Amino acid sequence: MIPSTPADQKPKSIPRAYSHPGLPEPADKNYAVIGKSKPKIDAREKVTGQARYTADLKFPNMLYGKILTSPHAHARILSIDTSEAEKIPGVKAVITHKDVPTLKYGIAPARWDENIFCIETVKFVGDKVAAVACIDEETCYKALKAIKVEYEVLPAVLDPLHAMDADAPQIHPEYPLNKNTEIHQNFGDVDEAFRKADYVRTDFFIGNRTYQAPLEPHTATSIWQDGKLTVYSSTQSPHYFQYYIAREFGLPMGNVRVIKTYVGGGFGGKLEPTGLEFGGAVLARLTGRPVKMFYDRAEMFAHNRGRHRQYMKLTTGVNADGRILGVHADFIMDGGAYTSLGIASAYYAGAMLTLTYDFENYRFDMNRVYTNLPACGAQRGHGAPQPRYAFEAHLDNIAKELGIDPMEIRLRNARKPNTITPNEFVVNSCEMVACLEQARDLSGWADKKGKLPAGRGIGVATGSFVSGAGYPIYRTDLPQAAAMIKVAEDGTAATLYTGATDIGQGSDTVLCQMAAEAMGYTYEQMKIVAADTETTPHDFGAYASRQTLMSGAAVKEAGEEVRKQLLDMAGEMLGLPAEQLDVRLGKISAKENPETALSFEEAARTFFVKKGPLMGRGSYAPPKLGGKFKGAPVGTSPAYSFAAQVSEVEIDEETGVVTVLDVWDVHDCGQVINPALLHAQVHGALYMGMGESIWEEVRFDAKGKIQNPTLGEYRLPTALDMPRVHSSLVPSYEPAGPWGVKEVGEGATLPTMGCFRNAIFDAMGVSVNSLPLTPEKVWAALREKRKANGEDVWDPLACECFLE
Amino acid sequence: MQAIADKKGVKRYLISLTVNGDEYSPVIKGNTLLVNLLRDELDLTGTKKGCELGDCGSCTVLMNGKPVDACLVLALEADGSEIITIEGVARHGELDRLQRSFIDNAAIQCGYCTPGMILSAKALLTRNPHPTEPEVRAAIAGNLCRCTGYVNIVKAVLDAAEVKA
Repeated sequence: MIPSTPADQKPKSIPRAYSHPGLPEPADKNYAVIGKSKPKIDAREKVTGQARYTADLKFPNMLYGKILTSPHAHARILSIDTSEAEKIPGVKAVITHKDVPTLKYGIAPARWDENIFCIETVKFVGDKVAAVACIDEETCYKALKAIKVEYEVLPAVLDPLHAMDADAPQIHPEYPLNKNTEIHQNFGDVDEAFRKADYVRTDFFIGNRTYQAPLEPHTATSIWQDGKLTVYSSTQSPHYFQYYIAREFGLPMGNVRVIKTYVGGGFGGKLEPTGLEFGGAVLARLTGRPVKMFYDRAEMFAHNRGRHRQYMKLTTGVNADGRILGVHADFIMDGGAYTSLGIASAYYAGAMLTLTYDFENYRFDMNRVYTNLPACGAQRGHGAPQPRYAFEAHLDNIAKELGIDPMEIRLRNARKPNTITPNEFVVNSCEMVACLEQARDLSGWADKKGKLPAGRGIGVATGSFVSGAGYPIYRTDLPQAAAMIKVAEDGTAATLYTGATDIGQGSDTVLCQMAAEAMGYTYEQMKIVAADTETTPHDFGAYASRQTLMSGAAVKEAGEEVRKQLLDMAGEMLGLPAEQLDVRLGKISAKENPETALSFEEAARTFFVKKGPLMGRGSYAPPKLGGKFKGAPVGTSPAYSFAAQVSEVEIDEETGVVTVLDVWDVHDCGQVINPALLHAQVHGALYMGMGESIWEEVRFDAKGKIQNPTLGEYRLPTALDMPRVHSSLVPSYEPAGPWGVKEVGEGATLPTMGCFRNAIFDAMGVSVNSLPLTPEKVWAALREKRKANGEDVWDPLACECFLE
Repeated sequence: MQAIADKKGVKRYLISLTVNGDEYSPVIKGNTLLVNLLRDELDLTGTKKGCELGDCGSCTVLMNGKPVDACLVLALEADGSEIITIEGVARHGELDRLQRSFIDNAAIQCGYCTPGMILSAKALLTRNPHPTEPEVRAAIAGNLCRCTGYVNIVKAVLDAAEVKA
């Protein structure tokens, strides 16, 4: 089923150790502002209901807009008649593909395959066909109903495993066999490794289609005035929105202003512009009025861009003591109808498997196929969590076969600092061993493994993630991040201007802490203007866990520039060389003689009077990273986080219900800027991983229509479902990050699925080889085990009561 | 309740209700939802819409002291009732102990669930000033949060319960 690999790449020799030339770990870490749990800078606005999200904005003369979507998974559009809709009072504009640019777009430049509105065919249930702008929401629904579209229904591709069949319907004529992305990577000599191995094992796993499901539905309000387009949007990246909207309409980027309001969560789903921005912009231009476009919950599920379902075959060769010699990952992923960020997802799926364990030989084959289902993209952890689940399960199978404790096999293989992965990622700091050891000790592994009462089990898994992608999504020489700081004229406040995008994770807060630390100022005096392409400097936004390291590096440089100018001025005022002065928490003092003092405010005010605005600027571009092979940039990063999780579960043998009792997460995320927010990120990532592990799955009927496009039936975990969570850290310092920081926001999603699977495996001796690990599957696996043991098993499906 | 019909015969109703202590007498349609009355007519946008199906609890308000999903309540049904929205929780700029506790416990991330969470928690602490952890979890089980895993939210509510009102 999965094609074999052509050996198109020669094995190459890679240096196995590497020493990063970045900043050495400071001896004195007596920080004044960072490393402290400061309250979120936007907390008061959020607890009082004052925080305004895009849907909360009103503009004079504003219209409401909605998109008409396809009811068919695959169909030819024969005709569209909008005349009846146009006659309805209150309908101000009705648009189809004839009224909008036909330039294809997409967040990934290698495959621009989407149109604002479908031209010839619709490709999934929910594909965009037309849009209306009306005086209110109710009129929008009347207008949508009145648009008559004639379709010729075509056969659809709903099973990704048959998408590449020769007789499968073709979704995009330019991509034969429905192949969207095909990858063959080969590092070292896997075949030789398997020959040398004492034990070679193959396992097969299947992932689930999950959706980010941020609580805030997507909304965009477009205003087109005097040739300039302004878009307020719930976005994770004002920059990519600005770039792609400008490209679509042939506008200079300077005439497109994208403003992020408060964003109610993104998790990867709000990274790319949607029909709301593109369609809304056209409606705003045609009507000359602001147009607010929005998805309801079902439309969000249909727009999707959530996690790909992956079909994962893993083969690993180990020696007798469990050391991994070589790995072959052979995957297929269901991409849905469009590319979205899926090329990167496909590469990430394989690239990130080399991080937590050190092995030299690796082969990765992947086909991302088109299907007539909603397009998949980047969800927290990107392509990596499902392969990580598969590999951690696979490794436990190997450990069991060899009679090695699962914790021990991981410790034996754990990556060390200053090493290079087979696919040429440079790893500087890496406390994988310390994470595992601490998770082992905190969880009481030694007292529990093999000693728990019946029905209980304990499992372990690891994860690692990038601290920012080494390269932006489209090719450009722009720096990754830039920042400006302006000190108020009297020195009593300072404003950080950054393009970094706070979607709830707290970047506004940690970046203000970093600015204050670099300036020698207080957090409480910081203000922030963020994520507005007109007033803030460039930044690529919130994805790939990049902002603490990348935006933080730019902020640090800007803060240090303020500090230097301030101390030069203070030196002049005090008649001392600037080098002899220090500034901390807004107080300037002489290093030798702390009695000599001046306030930040006094020096800043004098600076303004004599020299004009006191400002600092900074930017950050990572060093050139990665190898030279095809796809080498994906997965590169200045630094990688590492994590180990242990979980303890209890299984009800009668029903297959899994209750997770405790989870211990131990993270290596470098220097911590705000411990409270950091642990909160771990809680949230773990929660998301837990939902995907046990309940969450987007399901389709036989015609490709989503069966459960609601939060209740998709089954987001509630407060009653969460286990006890223990989030812990190991000391770590990353030379490539400002003050030694690394990522945390996505890393903790990675180990969870494998960790739970392994705990179930430990408890019951059964392997659930597909996600989510639902009660039905656990129950069925237990039943199979009893049958295999020769037990007489009652078959409920054979029961006469079900034979009606 | 007074009703008037427009030219097409669609009826409008004059209702009276108290929101955050202020009296309002809006004219509404029979299908107007309480959440839309609050957000669109009264500009109380702190009440959020996340699903419009009663799944997520983002639109939770207190109706005569009880938490309700404002997307499942017709504005007509709110006639004569007392509504508290998130805007009515702080008094004269002084935060409620629950609001304070949410800040202190880092229980807020994107903030979209926060208004509904605080109102569900407020209803709980009013009827049960010293809840157990399972009672807190049960009280907020109808409020989904996609960011926090509820860990710090539960902690914040328990902490607020410890503080003397």
